[in-house]
Amino acid sequence: MPTKLSVNPIACSGHGMCAELAPELISLDEWGYPLISGQPVPPGLVRDAKRAVTDCPALALRLTPMPDRAGAEKTR
Amino acid sequence: MSPVTAAARQPRQAPAGSGGFPRLLPPGGQGADLRAHLGLHGPVPYRDTAGALIGEVRAAGLTGRGGAAFPVHRKLEAVAAARPGRAIVVGNAAEGEPASHKDEALLFLAPHLILDGLQLASEAVGAGRAVLYVRGDLRARTRLDDYLPERDAYGLDRLPVEIVWSPHRFLAGEESALASRVSGGPAVPQFTPPRVFERGVDGRPTLVQNVETLAHLALIARYGPGWFRALGTPDEPGSMLCTLRQASGSVDVAEAAIGTPLATLLDLSAAAAVLVGGYHGAWLPAAQAAGLTLSNAQLRPVGAFTGAGVLAALPTSRCGLIESARVARYLALESAGQCGPCLNGLPSIAAAMAELAGNRPHPRVLDDLSRWAGLVEGRGACHHPDGTVRFLRSALRVFGPEIRLHQHGRCSAATARPFLPVPAGPSTEADWS
Amino acid sequence: MSGITSTTALWYASRATGVVSLILLSAVMVIGMLVNRQGRLPGLPRFAVLGLHRNLSLLAVAFVAVHVLTAVTDSFVSISLAAIVIPFISSYEPLWLGLGAVSLDLMVAVIVTSLLRRHIGRRVWRAVHWLAYASWPVAVVHSIYSSHDMQSGPLLYLGLVCIAAVLGALGWRLIRARAGLPRADRVPQLMADRGLLARAGDR
Repeated sequence: MPTKLSVNPIACSGHGMCAELAPELISLDEWGYPLISGQPVPPGLVRDAKRAVTDCPALALRLTPMPDRAGAEKTR
Repeated sequence: MSPVTAAARQPRQAPAGSGGFPRLLPPGGQGADLRAHLGLHGPVPYRDTAGALIGEVRAAGLTGRGGAAFPVHRKLEAVAAARPGRAIVVGNAAEGEPASHKDEALLFLAPHLILDGLQLASEAVGAGRAVLYVRGDLRARTRLDDYLPERDAYGLDRLPVEIVWSPHRFLAGEESALASRVSGGPAVPQFTPPRVFERGVDGRPTLVQNVETLAHLALIARYGPGWFRALGTPDEPGSMLCTLRQASGSVDVAEAAIGTPLATLLDLSAAAAVLVGGYHGAWLPAAQAAGLTLSNAQLRPVGAFTGAGVLAALPTSRCGLIESARVARYLALESAGQCGPCLNGLPSIAAAMAELAGNRPHPRVLDDLSRWAGLVEGRGACHHPDGTVRFLRSALRVFGPEIRLHQHGRCSAATARPFLPVPAGPSTEADWS
Repeated sequence: MSGITSTTALWYASRATGVVSLILLSAVMVIGMLVNRQGRLPGLPRFAVLGLHRNLSLLAVAFVAVHVLTAVTDSFVSISLAAIVIPFISSYEPLWLGLGAVSLDLMVAVIVTSLLRRHIGRRVWRAVHWLAYASWPVAVVHSIYSSHDMQSGPLLYLGLVCIAAVLGALGWRLIRARAGLPRADRVPQLMADRGLLARAGDR
């Protein structure tokens, strides 16, 4: 089952640990916050992704199954 | 004169077909008088069956009037799935948008329609608690504290209504911020999922509806879906309240049928551009706006949307860049500061806009704006960065010629007086708390 | 004779591993504060700092385990197995040993929740992890008073170094925390930095 990485931007405090542990999946923007593609995690990188999730000091990363359709409509 | 009293003294009648117009804003401003309200509309038409109203709302095609235009029946269905008595209904009158006065006007002129709608929505979803979430500075100007005991005396309300006062901040009306505030916390957006209709106030399923939506609901319950659809378009039925800011500077709250030409609502003869939807909306050139109607069907294809009904005509004597830079500064100050990209990106964007609106901006400014817009979009917990980027991109698009003027050291502004309303806000850090 | 010697050996082992445990736990505290404030150790990437924090804490668990088990099996003093986790029930130095049990209980809570952190959620994990700030000082008091080792000589200095290191790190952490703004003030700070908001006191 495909999985994707996502971040809770409120919990994230820009430690940057995730980008060190999974550099093929996560890079950091100019302010130190993670840039995640939203694409399915390639099977060979799932282990890196799981490690990034577990090791994030703020526990801000999640690895979730990909939804069937595009994300639910948001209201304001 | 405040737009609220203007609407009371001279309610505008936008051209419409049949259907009894105006609907929400009562002629002569008598809607606050309970006896007059009862005389006009009768008591609250409870259905005595949870969920019964939802089918009528679906047939009417009512969409939310808070800005997102989400189908109301779907929200009702989602929350109605909860155990009886578990759900909470909140009427949203936070009106964080500075350019909008419609919710304030409705609270002043037709509060009983709102309160009727709150009761009907509560019945429809089997709610155990009803809340009205109102911007704090309106406390002195509305008489909500008087209306509720009056209604009790007539036995109109089945659920007691609690009033929760919200801070006067742009994001205070965002639905997760609302849920946080009503739960006793700060009025700042929360991480979703779960959405408030699943877990909102105190962890309970919460229905959040703009007060104008509730007012329409109260009328649909009395006069039916067919009546509601007599105005508007088949895809976007009904009427909506608009805050109209004319190029002359006069501000007005009016009720208009969806599909009304923008040129009917705004005098575009002396306008350079039109801001549609609010500070998370989009600019359109005046000439383009003149050919469009107040409907998402026509506005979305050009990058705009009806939103909370803000329509502002920028006079030719003003510089769109200067106005947009002031709004960008305001939007940056209104960030909740919880998410790194928004916290860092919006002030950067505001600074760049300020330079762009100044004399001979550095050519790098446009590249910076483009990069930062891409970096903040979609990376916050709420839509504040997204809306800011939409507003910003439309400004860069529409005011392209103005940018070139500024690069040559000139500007279209004939006066330094600000046009768009931007709350003074803190001018120093010490003012913040 | 050999019975007494082996007893003495166990007793010495317990005291020695106790000292090493204290050193390791002090290092874990210091490095943990570094991780929290996003500090770095020269030449080490962030995940290595975190890795050091974790590995040292697991090593500390191993040493604490030897420390308590040798104390129990040694028959020189009477310490029951239960007294390791239930405070104040041992017949030998019930108070000071009991504090050791308190510290151990807190430490186990921190370690177990950290091993399970992916499953228990941010708030629960953070709340329990704060107990480390209680566990360490209790361990220090236990160390000083359970035997007289650390009350004089080189071990006294060792103890003082550990205490100074942790208190120094704590001071650094608090200063960094105060220099970092509360969320409500971050926006105005950034706006002031970019010249969009006058700083209080600017003229």
